[in-house]
Amino acid sequence: MATLSDRFNINAQLEHLQSKYVGTGHPDINRFEWNLNIKRDTYASFIGHHSLTAYHAIAENESTGRIKYNFLQNMLLPCGLPPEKEDEA
Amino acid sequence: MAEQNGGARGVPLSGKAVFDEELYGGDMTGYAAVAADIDDAEELDEREAAVASKLASYTAPKSLMSELPVQEDGDTEGGMLQSRRIVDRESDYSKRRLNRIISPDRNDAFQMGDKTPDARVRTYADVMREAQLARERDNTLRNIEEKKRREAEEAQLAALDAVPTKASAGPAAAAAQAAAAAAAPGGKRSRWDSAAPVEAKKPKVAAAAPASEWDAVEATPVVNRWDATPGQAPAETPGRIWSGGEATPAGGSRWDAAEQGAQPKRNRWDATPTPGHGAAGVGETPTAGGKRSRWDATPAMAGAAAVGATPAYGGAMGATPMYGMGATPAGGLGMETPTPGMLAAQQAAMAGVPMTPEAYQQMKIDREMDERNRPLTDEELDAMLPGPNEGYKVLAEPPGYEPIRTPARKLMATPTPFGGTPLYQIPEEDRGQAYDVPKQLEGLPEMKPEDQQYFGKLLKDVDEEELSVEEAKERKIMKLLLKVKNGTPPQRKSALRQLTDKARDFGAGPLFNQILPLLMSPTLEDQERHLLVKVIDRVLFKLDELVRPYVHKILVVIEPLLIDEDYYARVEGREIIANLSKAAGLATMIAAMRPDIDNVDEYVRNTTARAFSVVASALGIPALLPFLKAVCQSKKSWQARHTGIKIVQQIAILMGCAVLPHLKSLVDIVKHGLVDENQKVKTITALTISALAEASAPYGIESFDDVLEPLWKGIRLLRGKVLAAFLKAIGFIIPLMDAMYANYYTREVMIILIREFQTPDEEMKKIVLKVVKQCVGTDGVEPEYIRTEILPEFFKHFWVRRMALDRRNYRALVETTVEVANKVGCSDIVGRIVEDLKDESEPYRKMVMETCDKVVRNLGTADIDARLEELLIDGILYAYQEQLADESPVVLNGFGTVINSLGQRAKPYLPQICGTIKWRLNNKSAKIRQQAADLISRIAPVMKKCDEEKLLAHLGVVLYENLGEEYPEVLGSILGALKSIVNVIGMTRMTPPIKDLLPRLTPILKNRHEKVQENCIDLVGRIADRGAEFVPAREWMRICFELLDMLKAHKKAIRRATVNTFGYIAKAIGPQDVLVTLLNNLKVQERQNRVCTTVAIAIVAETCAPFTVLPALMNEYKVPELNVQNGVLKALSFLFEYIGEMGKDYIYAVVPVLEDALMDRDLVHRQTACAVVQHMSLGVAGLGCEDALTHLLNYVFPNIFEVSPHIIQTTTGAIDGCRVALGPAVILNYLLQGLFHPARKVREVYWRLYNNVYIGAQDAMVSCFPRFEDDGINTYHRHELDVFV
Repeated sequence: MATLSDRFNINAQLEHLQSKYVGTGHPDINRFEWNLNIKRDTYASFIGHHSLTAYHAIAENESTGRIKYNFLQNMLLPCGLPPEKEDEA
Repeated sequence: MAEQNGGARGVPLSGKAVFDEELYGGDMTGYAAVAADIDDAEELDEREAAVASKLASYTAPKSLMSELPVQEDGDTEGGMLQSRRIVDRESDYSKRRLNRIISPDRNDAFQMGDKTPDARVRTYADVMREAQLARERDNTLRNIEEKKRREAEEAQLAALDAVPTKASAGPAAAAAQAAAAAAAPGGKRSRWDSAAPVEAKKPKVAAAAPASEWDAVEATPVVNRWDATPGQAPAETPGRIWSGGEATPAGGSRWDAAEQGAQPKRNRWDATPTPGHGAAGVGETPTAGGKRSRWDATPAMAGAAAVGATPAYGGAMGATPMYGMGATPAGGLGMETPTPGMLAAQQAAMAGVPMTPEAYQQMKIDREMDERNRPLTDEELDAMLPGPNEGYKVLAEPPGYEPIRTPARKLMATPTPFGGTPLYQIPEEDRGQAYDVPKQLEGLPEMKPEDQQYFGKLLKDVDEEELSVEEAKERKIMKLLLKVKNGTPPQRKSALRQLTDKARDFGAGPLFNQILPLLMSPTLEDQERHLLVKVIDRVLFKLDELVRPYVHKILVVIEPLLIDEDYYARVEGREIIANLSKAAGLATMIAAMRPDIDNVDEYVRNTTARAFSVVASALGIPALLPFLKAVCQSKKSWQARHTGIKIVQQIAILMGCAVLPHLKSLVDIVKHGLVDENQKVKTITALTISALAEASAPYGIESFDDVLEPLWKGIRLLRGKVLAAFLKAIGFIIPLMDAMYANYYTREVMIILIREFQTPDEEMKKIVLKVVKQCVGTDGVEPEYIRTEILPEFFKHFWVRRMALDRRNYRALVETTVEVANKVGCSDIVGRIVEDLKDESEPYRKMVMETCDKVVRNLGTADIDARLEELLIDGILYAYQEQLADESPVVLNGFGTVINSLGQRAKPYLPQICGTIKWRLNNKSAKIRQQAADLISRIAPVMKKCDEEKLLAHLGVVLYENLGEEYPEVLGSILGALKSIVNVIGMTRMTPPIKDLLPRLTPILKNRHEKVQENCIDLVGRIADRGAEFVPAREWMRICFELLDMLKAHKKAIRRATVNTFGYIAKAIGPQDVLVTLLNNLKVQERQNRVCTTVAIAIVAETCAPFTVLPALMNEYKVPELNVQNGVLKALSFLFEYIGEMGKDYIYAVVPVLEDALMDRDLVHRQTACAVVQHMSLGVAGLGCEDALTHLLNYVFPNIFEVSPHIIQTTTGAIDGCRVALGPAVILNYLLQGLFHPARKVREVYWRLYNNVYIGAQDAMVSCFPRFEDDGINTYHRHELDVFV
């Protein structure tokens, strides 16, 4: 979250640009959230590059469609359930 | 586009705007003026808009302008005193915003839940009731007026009937007069001034009184309201306070009272007057002592009377509040309009501040003046003047006479009915007197006199400790607002920030109760309004749903911005309303605006419709559809239907093609309006449909199926304004149709259009032109049909001189004709108008010329035969020679276009044209010389094409001889002409030879006129580029020195041409000498000059290869001077930007310099060096310079913690550049150390950089993230990365 002072200064555009992307981070991010982004990005990348999908398909002996489907499913909760609030501190 | 204006759009600056007279009143002062302004302004491009807005502020009544001899007294009065206040440039229609009330807070239904709202808070129901009452009142008034008029007419008729024909005119007139007098309620009032207050005293009678009296009645409760208000009574500008006649934004206002719960809700006009008003006959009987109102009985007042300093007052008026006492704030009861003095007293009394003796004295003087200047009563006049006995009679007031009704003036005109003449008093001396030096507060900006009423409280010395929380808050807000309004930019900035940060602490109520009245202030200036609107915007953002009770108040203040003549004000207004609707939600917005939809005041309805369209665009059209549907079918009042339909129109205008998804529903909502019984509703519906069709073109014809039939019937049956609107709707629908249908419908509608060709009605003319344009442009319409059916009538009725006089007509006609020409071909149209090029009317010739220009530009001259060609050239030459010396380039453009289009066919005419030009180049009028030179630059390419090189060379010599020209405008044109000749015949064959021409240009480079500079530098640059070898190197060096001065030019084009010329010269004579000149120039003080020099150095390096420049440049870095070193770095930055990947050979050479710069203490050094790294890394990405770049990145990286935004920006840029060149993994490794740093400040910086890398190379980062171990239930390990085959 951009602070108010940032909102009106010269970096406002940059902040605005960054806020438009889902996977960007912020100073108060925790381990879980960051890893969530990383994992989703990873899966997205695998799905997006056909060669990587094919690579995994060969390694796992599955069809590429199945691999893509699995990856997509994994993107739902890639790191398991979020931790309880208390360890956020 | 708002299309109330009819078909004609554009040409906004002059001429009479068109509007629906029936709808908006017959004069141009009302809505139409505004609408016209707005519509036009939106059509203009920005530059034109700027001109227009400037023009708009230079207005004065014509009579004044023509009567006053303009004196040049050397005084800058005009500039200095020109008012920047918004009211001063507003039209009467816009001024109606001041009549609106900032209504009391409303109930927030969302927050109440199931609870019954507090009786003191206004709910939606209350507001609706009030609106209902207002409407009924208006209706009643209308009926009364109507009835009066009828009665008077009848009486007049009766009087006429009663008198036999033989009777002389005298008695007849007298009888009629008597009858009329009997019919009028104030028949007795022969002296109109005195009558008004008397009438106003009797609100009960008012129902039977003419409309004017309502004003007075309405004014009465105001006094009453003030009584209840302990706030400041705004005495300083009474005009404003009274202008509304109702609660005004001044401190003492209705909601203050409401908040106290003293009087929870007020009906303004229908309330029984308070006893004070009813009883006090003071006005009628100047000797008030006789008639004692029951106010005298009030013990406090009696006491007050006793305390009263002057028996002269005390005896006369028991009801007067006593000054200096302040126990009872019962000011002004029994008075119609308090005098300013009394207001001051009230204020003083209310504020609990004892009056200063001088104020007291002042008041006494006021009172005496009032007393002496009191208008005479009927009795007094009767006594003074001869009466009927002596053969005189009292005349009735003339029929056109209207008593002064504006309350402000009334205030001045109203007699003070109190008291006798006060006796003289020896003034007391007050030693503690503060002379009229404006009080200044520490840490606060200056207060203007008109600010006193808002910020007066700040002047009082109070102990901050003693204030209650509320008061302290109020004071704080007041201070901040004052800083925002009048402060210096830094003050303003910090105040704005504080207001924003603390918005929720302050609360919506206290904030808006102070901001909104300020915005209604009549003395507001543009800048102040902009700032305050900004405050609202920021505060809105923070308050969010807390804003709900204040929505209507805010709208009242912001809506006028939507029809402001200033484009940016309109945008600002839209933004605020959009934000407001997002914060408050649709339900609240509708609840707030619903009552205004059928407001009796057209102004309110108009602005509300516009505001609603903004809400629709903010919250989406679908959300608003059900509501619109209900409103447009309202049975209760035509106003509601009218406004509802207008909302749809405004939505179409505002949102353009975004209406397409909802087109069907929008059309369905409005379509029944076409058969409405009310003409205005019909008209607006047709206009709405045309707006919808225009917005959705070329799609969506199927949505309009339902309206075609009523429109069709309409155009056959209707006449006048409504017909115009219907035609317009058809005109916009036809282009959406398939070719076949379009053809059919065009033929049908054309019959009516051709009938209306001869209409004398200007508005109808414009609409007809527009519709013809639309129809003709449609696919299915055949050229032959147009030629035979439309053209004869069209030219007969429209191509007349009169059409050229009005700019809007002019443009509409030209556009339509061009559209027709696109269908029927060039020669048909040109052939018809070519004779008119020799018409005697200059504007008409211009119109013909412009049409020829556009037609020829679109269609070429291929189908123009030899005869027509001759006629055309003949006509153009005539028009060219006959044109008056004015600014417009119409004739010149036309000339150029036609000649260029004819190409080689122009050859036979060229000698004649050149003869004319040569002759005119020696004309004594500068304008004519300039036009001649301009014409040369336009036809030079054609002359070359026609092999008239000899002629061109000859013209070159003539121009050369004219270089001594003293008018800069003309000189500029001559240089431009020379340039175009040089361009077409080349350096070698140019006469005079280049070696003679250039030395002649060098001194001209010194000329400071922009046009001369620009043309001259272009010419010189051209020669340097193509023909440098014709000129000795020494001459070029001389030019180099001249060029340095041109780097100071204000115009960017000149500076750009200059630095390019440096490049050409350096190429021609070698970089060394030029470089020395430029490097020396780095020492100058002016920043712009240095920046341009660095650009020039970089360009020289680019044109002559970097190795010729870099050694000298880096050597210059040794000079121990900040400017020079920064200049060198800057030049490096531009250099690497220009040379791109060529930079890979030079990186290693400049690394030491950059190392040094990146370690320098000076911020600018590091900043500029970062810029160098950025450009360099981007240039050499992928070229194997990673080692040097990694090295430099290590120097750049520590700068990420700098605070200055400039260096942060360049550092970020450099790191981004390195990310491209080195790959995201490297940068990610730098960043990993700080992403989870314990200090938040550090994390902020690192995450910002991380996000940048992430956005730039999201995909590539997947493989470089660190490995994470699982943590409890969470699986962080990315097993997929460990898979291998």
